[in-house]
Amino acid sequence: MSVGERDPHSGHMTTGHDWNGIKELNRPVPKIIWLFLAATVIFSVVYWILMPAWPLGVTYTHGLLGIDQRDSLEAQLEEGAQQQSAWADQIREASLATIQEDPQLMETVRKTGATLFGDNCAVCHGTEGNGGPGYPNLSDQAWLWGGAPEEVQETLRVGINAEHPETRIGQMMAFGENRMLGRDEIRDVVTYVQSLFNPDAVADRPEEALANGEEIFAANCVSCHAEDGSGMTEVGAPNLTDDFWIYGGDRQSLYDTIFYGRQGVMPHWEGRLSPLERKVLALYVVDMSNREE
Amino acid sequence: MISQLTKGERQLALVISIAVAFLGLAMAGGGFGNPLGFHGFIVLLFALGVTFLILSGYFAPEPSPERLKRYYDDPIKVGVILSLIWGVIGMFMGVWVAALLAWPEMTFDAAWASFGRLRPVHTTGVIFGFGGNALIATSFHVMQRTSRARMPDQFSPWFVLLGYNLFCLLAVSGYFIGVTQSKEYAEPEWYADIWLVVVWVTYLVLYMRTLARRQEPHIYVANWYYLAFILVVAMLHIVNNLAIPISLTAAKSYSAFSGVQDAMTQWWYGHNAVAFFLTAGFLGMMYYYLPKRAERPIFSYRLSIVSFWGITFLYMWAGSHHLHYTALPHWVQTLGMTFSVMLLVPSWASAANALLTLNGAWHKVRDDATLRFMMVAAVFYGISTFEGSFLAIRPVNSLSHYTDWTVGHVHAGALGWVALITFGAIYTLAPILWKRQRMYSPALVEVHFWLALAGTLVYVFAMWNSGIIQGLMWRTYNESGTLAYSFVESVEAMHPYYIARTAGGLLFLAGIVVGFYNILMTIRRAPSLEASAAKQDEPVTSGAAPSPVSAGE
Repeated sequence: MSVGERDPHSGHMTTGHDWNGIKELNRPVPKIIWLFLAATVIFSVVYWILMPAWPLGVTYTHGLLGIDQRDSLEAQLEEGAQQQSAWADQIREASLATIQEDPQLMETVRKTGATLFGDNCAVCHGTEGNGGPGYPNLSDQAWLWGGAPEEVQETLRVGINAEHPETRIGQMMAFGENRMLGRDEIRDVVTYVQSLFNPDAVADRPEEALANGEEIFAANCVSCHAEDGSGMTEVGAPNLTDDFWIYGGDRQSLYDTIFYGRQGVMPHWEGRLSPLERKVLALYVVDMSNREE
Repeated sequence: MISQLTKGERQLALVISIAVAFLGLAMAGGGFGNPLGFHGFIVLLFALGVTFLILSGYFAPEPSPERLKRYYDDPIKVGVILSLIWGVIGMFMGVWVAALLAWPEMTFDAAWASFGRLRPVHTTGVIFGFGGNALIATSFHVMQRTSRARMPDQFSPWFVLLGYNLFCLLAVSGYFIGVTQSKEYAEPEWYADIWLVVVWVTYLVLYMRTLARRQEPHIYVANWYYLAFILVVAMLHIVNNLAIPISLTAAKSYSAFSGVQDAMTQWWYGHNAVAFFLTAGFLGMMYYYLPKRAERPIFSYRLSIVSFWGITFLYMWAGSHHLHYTALPHWVQTLGMTFSVMLLVPSWASAANALLTLNGAWHKVRDDATLRFMMVAAVFYGISTFEGSFLAIRPVNSLSHYTDWTVGHVHAGALGWVALITFGAIYTLAPILWKRQRMYSPALVEVHFWLALAGTLVYVFAMWNSGIIQGLMWRTYNESGTLAYSFVESVEAMHPYYIARTAGGLLFLAGIVVGFYNILMTIRRAPSLEASAAKQDEPVTSGAAPSPVSAGE
């Protein structure tokens, strides 16, 4: 049996073990440790008695309080729904136009819509709805499928070129890739389209190019973009006479659009957002474009 | 180093490395065109490298029998250096992923550099590369010294060390090409997992054989912890990685568990990896190097016993606190929470045992940065175990879960506890290993200490702030009863903290680079120890045993 020695600093005996110079004091465990342990054990035992805790084969101890996380969650959802019901019921029932004229309801739309928009739409359209190349700007006055709240609500419901059975389908054909127009013809159409929204840009282009472009436009484009190029919201064909461009209004972008075509996709939100949420979002988006003015 | 191996050991090493080379060849051939084939080439190259190394010293004369009168330290030296290399790589990757969160364009549009691939390179690099090598190296040192016995053979420590590093290499190289099981801290695929089991069992057997040869009647506390670390990690690793490969020639496998059982198994593993890899193993390290450096007896032997069994028993239950408010049944969450609360007692008892051991040596803590590393590590151990128990309480967790608070908590433990105790241990160990009077530059140890401490504090404070802000933003409702902030707004609010976190990580990285330089210069330049002093660090050879071997208490 090894013999302990007295540690001069603490006055305690060592256990007598020596591991390559390391010794241990034979000091009792401090009382506070036992107290602390007792306190946490008592806390745990009380908690087990009150809450669901120990498994018993196919069941478990349910606890005296009868609390279960599923019930708590349902109660909280219920509470949340009640908190919202003051305005949610009104928005659900009122017509879009009525809501637009009610400043108080519109205040709620702006608050609630901002979070909905941030979580669901901002990834593509930007937090301010300003869009970007390939993603329409929602804060301006140009609308592919119409800017009335009903139309926006419908776009949200079914999406564009989406997987929804009733989805809106919009397609700009690939005139170049599919050999419907030659490269020179496309350049002439680009010149003509430029002249529609920015005549200054084509001032130095030859007359015949413009005339030729107009002819090709009349033969190929008017069925969707209308004779004057102002577009048709029924088929999602954009207005070419304004300054709003999704894929860019410079010559190169216009050329690419006509050559390769465009098939932008907006997902549908039916089934992912509730009718109430889509209604709020439609109102929010329309309000956003009106605010910019 | 090869010349230290006996002829028989050289033959064994040669046979094993050639066998591994053939295994690599088979993987490369069978898995051609699959990531498994790429890993086959890595195994093949690794094994061929080792083979050539063995052949280069194969015909050297037999080592002198004198070597048996000394401890076998060669693999420890290599382990320390490997640990530091992995540390620099892993921490660099950490700084990169931190920067990536502040400046997402730093992924350079390359698939291999996306966050999802770099992040496991960081975690595996620091936990398994840096931490694991440090644990293996220090455990080899501690088990020999506290047993006063040399390792039973010279082959198994090399097999463990090199085999383990091959595992780390397979893990990390796999992430870059997208090989992962998608289990946090258990990402490597089935073949790497099986290899680790072989290595790990060898490690356990080596440890037990050394203990069986001990010339001390009792087994020191540090060894309990190292053994718990080795044993439990084996168990965790095997169970959590149970999987069926889609084919023996493909890297992909499917877990044996699904749904909430899979989640529960994963976090039983994940939390106990923290408990037995990052806590028990490093407590073993602390229990040897802290009293050794302080030259003080352990505050209380009985407290060591209570904390050891408390930690070992209670940790096993706590994993479910990672799954509060999920599909996991409520009762499992209750158990996870309450056991986490009780766990605080043995955790704090360990921290207190370490800090109170310093009574009578506080002047050394003031003057010696190496001891201060270990003292501050014990403080961070206390802080992060308190935080861990606190975050495990369900209502607290509802605020903190999924936020950066968790990340901050992990790093308070990983940087403040694991890394600092490792640096303290390595600075204590390096002069002993290389028979130097002291480190090359004590001033650089001091510089490293302050860089590491400042880095940790900046990191942890940044994450506390961002985590709590995130948690609050996600649960703030406006008066109409809907969420006040969109998710992207909370991301925007994190930006300054992500920059601060990157800066903190950079300080910590600078620290380990300084430390690595200091270690290398210690090997090359520091004044060597006189022969008489070196002689004290020798095992008791059987002829002169002071007391007969008997079973531990």
